[in-house]
Amino acid sequence: MALIRRRKPIEPSKTSVQREEEEEEEDNSKNKHPKKSYKNSTPKWSCLDNCCWFVGCICVTWWVLLFLYNVMPASFPQYVTEAITGPLPDPPGVKLRKEGLKAKHPVVFVPGIVTGGLELWEGHQCADGLFRKRLWGGAFGEVYRRPLCWVEHMSLDNETGLDPPGIRVRPVCGLVAADYFAPGYFVWAVLIANLARIGYEEKTMYMASYDWRLSFQNTEVRDQTLSRIKSNIELMVSTNGGNKAVIIPHSMGALYFLHFMKWVEAPAPMGGGGGPDWCAKHIKAVMNIGGPFLGVPKAVSGLFSAEAKDIAVARAIAPGVLDKDLFGFQTMQHIMRMSRTWDSTMSMIPKGGATIWGDLDWSPEEGYVPSKRKQKNTDTQEASQDGLKSNISQIKRTNYGRIISFGKDVAEALSSDIERIDFRDAVKGQSVANTSCRDVWTEYHDMGFGGIKAVAEYKVYTAGSILDLLHFVAPKMMERGSAHFSYGIADDLDNPKYQHYKYWSNPLETKLPNAPEMEIFSLYGVGIPTERSYVYKLSPSAECAIPFQIDSSADEQYEDSCLKGGVYTVDGDETVPVLSSGFMCAKGWRGKTRFNPSGSQMFIREYDHSPPTNLLEGRGTQSGAHVDIMGNFALIEDIMRVAAGATGEELGGDQVYSDIFKWSVKIHLQL
Amino acid sequence: MASILRFRKQCYVEPVKFQFFQPQTFDKKEETVATEAKTALENNEKRNKRQQKERSCVNSCCCVIGYMCTTWWLLLVLFNCLPAAFPGFQVPESPGTRLKREGLTALHPVVLVPGIVTGGLELWEGKPCAEGLFRKRLWGGSFTEILKRPLCLLEHLALHNETGLDPPGIRLRAVPGLVAADYFAPGYFVWAVLIENLAKIGYEGKNMHMAAYDWRLSFQNTENHSGGPQSPNDVSVSLLAHVPEILIRDQTLSRLKSQIELMYVTNGYKKVVVVPHSMGVIYFLHFLKWVETPPPMGGGGGPGWCAKHIKAIMNIGPVFLGVPKAVSNLFSAEAKDMASIRAMDPGLLDSEILRLQALEHVMRVTRTWDSIASLLPKGGETVWGNLDWSPEEGYACDLSKKRYLQASAGDKDTNGSDVKMGFHVKDSNKYGRIISFGKETLQLPSSQLPSVDTKWKSSDPLNLILEKCSFHLHKWVLIKILQQEFLGTRTIKNTNSSCGGEVWTEYDEMCRETIRKIAENKPYTARTALDLLRFVAPKMMQRVDSHLSYGIADNLDDPKYTRYKYWSNPLETKLPDAPDIEIYCSYGVGIPTERSYVYKLSPNDRCKSIPFRIDSSVDGDKDSCLRGGVYLADGDETVPVISAGFMCAKGWRGRTRFNPSGIATHIREYRHKPPASLLEGRGLESGAHVDIMGNFALIEDVLRVAAGATGTEIGGDRVYSDIFRMSDRINLRL
Repeated sequence: MALIRRRKPIEPSKTSVQREEEEEEEDNSKNKHPKKSYKNSTPKWSCLDNCCWFVGCICVTWWVLLFLYNVMPASFPQYVTEAITGPLPDPPGVKLRKEGLKAKHPVVFVPGIVTGGLELWEGHQCADGLFRKRLWGGAFGEVYRRPLCWVEHMSLDNETGLDPPGIRVRPVCGLVAADYFAPGYFVWAVLIANLARIGYEEKTMYMASYDWRLSFQNTEVRDQTLSRIKSNIELMVSTNGGNKAVIIPHSMGALYFLHFMKWVEAPAPMGGGGGPDWCAKHIKAVMNIGGPFLGVPKAVSGLFSAEAKDIAVARAIAPGVLDKDLFGFQTMQHIMRMSRTWDSTMSMIPKGGATIWGDLDWSPEEGYVPSKRKQKNTDTQEASQDGLKSNISQIKRTNYGRIISFGKDVAEALSSDIERIDFRDAVKGQSVANTSCRDVWTEYHDMGFGGIKAVAEYKVYTAGSILDLLHFVAPKMMERGSAHFSYGIADDLDNPKYQHYKYWSNPLETKLPNAPEMEIFSLYGVGIPTERSYVYKLSPSAECAIPFQIDSSADEQYEDSCLKGGVYTVDGDETVPVLSSGFMCAKGWRGKTRFNPSGSQMFIREYDHSPPTNLLEGRGTQSGAHVDIMGNFALIEDIMRVAAGATGEELGGDQVYSDIFKWSVKIHLQL
Repeated sequence: MASILRFRKQCYVEPVKFQFFQPQTFDKKEETVATEAKTALENNEKRNKRQQKERSCVNSCCCVIGYMCTTWWLLLVLFNCLPAAFPGFQVPESPGTRLKREGLTALHPVVLVPGIVTGGLELWEGKPCAEGLFRKRLWGGSFTEILKRPLCLLEHLALHNETGLDPPGIRLRAVPGLVAADYFAPGYFVWAVLIENLAKIGYEGKNMHMAAYDWRLSFQNTENHSGGPQSPNDVSVSLLAHVPEILIRDQTLSRLKSQIELMYVTNGYKKVVVVPHSMGVIYFLHFLKWVETPPPMGGGGGPGWCAKHIKAIMNIGPVFLGVPKAVSNLFSAEAKDMASIRAMDPGLLDSEILRLQALEHVMRVTRTWDSIASLLPKGGETVWGNLDWSPEEGYACDLSKKRYLQASAGDKDTNGSDVKMGFHVKDSNKYGRIISFGKETLQLPSSQLPSVDTKWKSSDPLNLILEKCSFHLHKWVLIKILQQEFLGTRTIKNTNSSCGGEVWTEYDEMCRETIRKIAENKPYTARTALDLLRFVAPKMMQRVDSHLSYGIADNLDDPKYTRYKYWSNPLETKLPDAPDIEIYCSYGVGIPTERSYVYKLSPNDRCKSIPFRIDSSVDGDKDSCLRGGVYLADGDETVPVISAGFMCAKGWRGRTRFNPSGIATHIREYRHKPPASLLEGRGLESGAHVDIMGNFALIEDVLRVAAGATGTEIGGDRVYSDIFRMSDRINLRL
């Protein structure tokens, strides 16, 4: 005991002395170190010090810049832009305000697919802390942080097309739902800001946001969205002195609103019970912006191989990574699995079949030459007609009707030369999916080699057989979808079967409401090559991957070709071909037809695309691209004039740059 | 730590090494046969070294910042990687999760009605100084803009001084949707906790609605300015003539009606549970009357609308009878947390650095807001007490530990009889004197005070006109004053011409002599305080009086009570004919709450300053309720119990003339318990006015009612305070 007691005080002192010595040694060694370095005449800090010094410098400059940025007046970028490009035109809001326009008709925005924000209301464990945070739209921070969890929450139930159990993702309400898609990427914001200049505000503007993943009727079943829109329009009309509403749907919103117009007048159990004159009483004009009335070919490729270019914007977020299977994430499959649970993508499959979109040998757009429009702007009409004819003789015909063809040679061959083996009865065979692919569900894994081969051997698919193809490769999805959507052309519109809601969003199978004073506008951009049909190939990596791919090596040699990277393009707004957005207004509904029995007035307003001249202009004020057109000054001005009370005639009637009328004539549709 | 150590070494060790090593190198040089060129080279190096040494200070700074940034980033990364639930600190299970396990699901649609101040406001049209703020929040959110350009923002927040509507060229609108008031500022929840718990049992956008409104406006103005003169001598109507285009506002009431109807239909014809908070309570009271009134003035829902659409009204922290705080706010802009502008930079306001005069600015802005006037105490002396008597007397404030004095037999006898109270003077708090000048005034029995009313009435109005104090005073203001038969004292013309230019507050238009006279009149009760405000701020009260009323109705069937100015005063309206509705008064108790004030004249004689100020030097005994010039009573820090509970405890209980159909009322009090640790944030059992929205017991009650329970099923009354005893003392004819 005594020993221990005696030792105890000593030991720590010893150790402390030792430590001091060690420290001294350390100090010495450090002192020696610079001595050596001095000898070598390389006086340097350690690497860590340098790093930190560097970081410090960056931070300081960053802060200074941030400070300067905050101090800078808000109008500074405008000054710079004006200094470079000369004075900018007044935004339409300012211009029209000077003209004395005032808010008159309440305005309803119907956003399209993808652009609306979605937020989480109930989720699984992995989405803790995201309550009422945006899963879709906004900064997309969660996509990066927990991608699998995100995909799980964004998917719908595979069989019902509604929420999976335990997950509730709901649309964001109000104007914030779709004013900006991501920070700085406007959708409706520019239009809203301009409308506000002439006196619009929350009480006269309404964003009819809906869950764009669901089929249209399901938004009512789940969220009562259609009832809300009805109630809000009624409220706005009654509180604004009975002025009827101007509806502005964008993209898929055009179909959604078509559905709404049928729904609202249908009797109560299935519809809104508004009575047969509801639309006539409440709607002044429907101004469809880039409305894909007859669907888009892009939807096919999106569903077939998840390769559409901007329908699945998810792809655009991380473009390079998707194609390479870098980390074994199988991103494409996940996206495909997710987007195939969304019924809404099926609403945009081309409608009207071969009558509209063309068959193996014929298509309404045939003879279209991309470079032609440049000539047309300079030459007279007749001259360009002549030029067109000569062009046709010169170049090979482009078979736009063959929406999917396997191999470039097939796409160009004469129809009689193509040997086709019907795929419909082909045995799908055993699942090729090995166990490692099991967690990633796409229906391709249930198909087997036999099925895949059969699909490829049919060679060419037109708009009509595309549906059969999709039914073959994704039977569960199409079964779900065919309960909500239809893609045909009605023979007899009075057939009672057309009262079912699955026909309401197809303009070729419904009548417009009985509202002769209502005006329908089709506003869209032209002058941008738009996907129209695809050249496919079998995917070389069979394992776990999607078995089909766009053959991006398929290119034409000469410059004027429409074939670029496996995709045939036509005129359009980058997403919707002119045919889809313009045909109904140009022919299908024009005058008193069977689709438009009350003879509502139709107007086509095209906006020629001219890209922004420099970077400072951002996305341009004269853009014609599908989403960027929402910032097009001419379009905004048109909308504002109508909202302030003008009619289509006062705007100047039709404004056409493309060949839409010519193409429409070629389509033989009974009217 | 490591970085600091290294920094120390750079500062201390490096200089040493230079002094220490230089001779050594010279030694070496002498040993080796060195050419002159070589030494020159080394000298050069030395010079470089010295320059580097000078530079090293900047470098070190950069270095330190670098270390700090790096550690900051590392911590940030760690923080982000951290799981959401911090191990070691267990959050008690939220009521939503628990009730979901019990099997509760969303049944009745829920409407949330936010109170004053908590709702966000965004800009739709502004002056050039607010460029780039289109659709950005000016109120609520991070308030960065207020700090960046305070004057510009105040200008936009202010309403038109005479109409109480938008000033020309400025449109500030309420943020719609749940985001309007879920968080007031980042991290400061208002409705967010309740919303989250409701969502747990299945609520979402389609059956939950936030009835956001522009809380600055008077209630009827949120619908639109229902023009048309209410009375021939209503001056404000003629003033509206030159601002016609801004008359129509947001139609908020119509929207609320339409939303409730929609939710009622789309949720399977289930009636709505309304949850108003704070001022939202009287806003919804206004709505109840509005919706059943025929169209030109009302919503035209017909007499059965409320009975058809509403299941329960769960008022949280209700301000049915107003708050004394509103008086002090309007009088001297000194309320403590209602004007949370003040809370943002407290020290700055009183000091006069940079001559900012923040308080004066705040006063100028808040006086244009009609809504603050809606919070003025209602019911006058009958409810709030007179010079000698108040319902709360006998309440003891032992602030450290709450205890309620036993009601003595004497107290019970004194119901309504003021005379007997004389001998109690020294013990009791004079809560009835809402504003008094000087502490001694407070202690004096009423007999020794200058008898206010008689003196004013004996005055000759003509004197006032002839010797009007300020030429700024408009004629109609004077007429208004005469109507009030106020102020007979002779005043001296004493306009401070050096303060010319823009008139900020109406105090600028008064002369010092008048101000002194106001102070001489010593104490003011709830009734005379209104007269006082009418005197010091005639324009504002003129505007306000056309929208609001503060009295008690003698005969509720008098046709004048169909006018909307009475709709938000529970003592001047009947509840709708809907016997199935349940009304809850849920509020916190156990926090000292402002009840009356001791004022003094402001020593500051600068122009454009506010001449009155709460005398914060006045403190009572240890047991007294007087703290820093403010008498405190029981309440939730903002609303005294009497205002929150009286209507449910007595005014509406059973079948009274205010509640002809016999709507059931329930009082739910929540005893305040401060948060035990910092990690708990604002507490799960708080009773404070806004923090109560995170009180788990309250949330559970709301959830149960929303899921279908009735008042008796959740336990009927739940009372901790003296509200029933106090209510008994209030002698109101029922």
